[in-house]
Amino acid sequence: MMMRCAALTLLLLAFPPLATTKTLHSERSLYQNVLVIERMGEICLQFTVRVDVRNQTCMKVNQPREMVFTYTKMMMASLLLIDDPTSVLVIGLGGGTLPMAIQELFPGATIDAVEIDPAVVRVAERFFHFKPGPNMSVFTQDARVFGKRAARQNKRYDLILLDAYNGEYIPEHLMTAEYLQETLALLTPGGIIAANTFAISRLYDHESATYEHVFGTFLNFRQPDSANRVVFASNQPFRTEEFQRHRATLLDPRLRPYAVQLARYAGRLDGREDWTRGAEVLTDQFSPANQLNR
Amino acid sequence: MRNVVIYVMAGLSGFIVMSFELLGGRMLAPWFGSGTYVWGSVITIFMAALAIGYLLGGRLSLHSPSLSRYAALFILAALLLAPLVTYADRLLEWTFNLIEDERYGSLLAATFLFAPGTVLLGMISPYSVRLLVEDTHRSGAVAGVLYFVSTLGSALGTLLTSFYFVLWFEMNTIVIALAATLAVLALLGVIADRVT
Repeated sequence: MMMRCAALTLLLLAFPPLATTKTLHSERSLYQNVLVIERMGEICLQFTVRVDVRNQTCMKVNQPREMVFTYTKMMMASLLLIDDPTSVLVIGLGGGTLPMAIQELFPGATIDAVEIDPAVVRVAERFFHFKPGPNMSVFTQDARVFGKRAARQNKRYDLILLDAYNGEYIPEHLMTAEYLQETLALLTPGGIIAANTFAISRLYDHESATYEHVFGTFLNFRQPDSANRVVFASNQPFRTEEFQRHRATLLDPRLRPYAVQLARYAGRLDGREDWTRGAEVLTDQFSPANQLNR
Repeated sequence: MRNVVIYVMAGLSGFIVMSFELLGGRMLAPWFGSGTYVWGSVITIFMAALAIGYLLGGRLSLHSPSLSRYAALFILAALLLAPLVTYADRLLEWTFNLIEDERYGSLLAATFLFAPGTVLLGMISPYSVRLLVEDTHRSGAVAGVLYFVSTLGSALGTLLTSFYFVLWFEMNTIVIALAATLAVLALLGVIADRVT
């Protein structure tokens, strides 16, 4: 009897009931509710307590490197458009998935990661294997302030990953033409900005108009299994399809642990123009992003 | 009639203070972010400036108070608000370069940008009391109605600005409209002074 009980317990431990959600951590930070939950073998970071809310970041317990969300993989497609980056700026940390992948893939690259909320940095370190190496600096600062200071220190980046909008509340001063101009000015010649943004609501048209206003042409990358879109922009013409395929061949073997297959994206980064033209450009003078996102 | 004009002027000045405060936070955002400390700076400066304004307004009301002088406060406030649209950004850049710490940078910027106009707007409340009170017996009741009108104005100013104005207009347009409203109110005061 005893043995059987023990066996059952072991069995339950090995195969927990499927939908069990365990809260690992919950805290109210200066900016949001930070919640870490475990469910079905994944640890997820959420920025509110509402159940229906999208996860911010998820990590598989058994394969922590594997990128769970399509948009994260889409962000990685920026690597198709540049040579191996030597300096990278990541805005918005989440679980630290992107900066960790960049750090592992390009150990020689300097990485600046900017996150406004110190609680998110702590949670990323404690639950999501976020470990900044000697070449990575983490700045707990407002991204706009960081960018302005970086410009004054003549910092330049080959790759800027902009992942600052979490769907619940948009920092409106990070979605204006002026901010995008300031960010563009931080690029080295031929560098790439990848911005993970929304693909819903009235905001979509305004955002698209703003990107067009600042970047002229940009790549509007969408995938059927993601509600996000990723926008790629540069200060020089984009690299050819041939270059992108070459990059995919080079990178894909190394990207296997992250479950990223860039060959699927190479040459297909430009979606059709699927927004209504003529929406007003978002500026520091006019930036009701949250109102438009309802 | 004269009193109605004063209540309207005081109520709208309450509206303008809070509308201005909300825009103030948004003016600082491109330079200092939109976090708690930025709003902390803005609210601190508005409160401190209003406090000084109350003191000065009370003082001023001791010397031959009149509706025309009251109107002059509105004109001066308009003159301090309107030019913000031209120099705010340069001043913000200057403070940003001067001070590394976002907390004190935003506090200093808020002082330069918002304190002068808000002191003037603060002077309006005690001066209104002086113009409205006819006998000491009713002074509390008059002050009560005045606070009611101007604080309700503030509530409306906050609501309309944050829900609608920022969605409909550019920030500078709203600042100019606030200044223009102050000027119109001043004119109203002068006319009421002449008529009565």
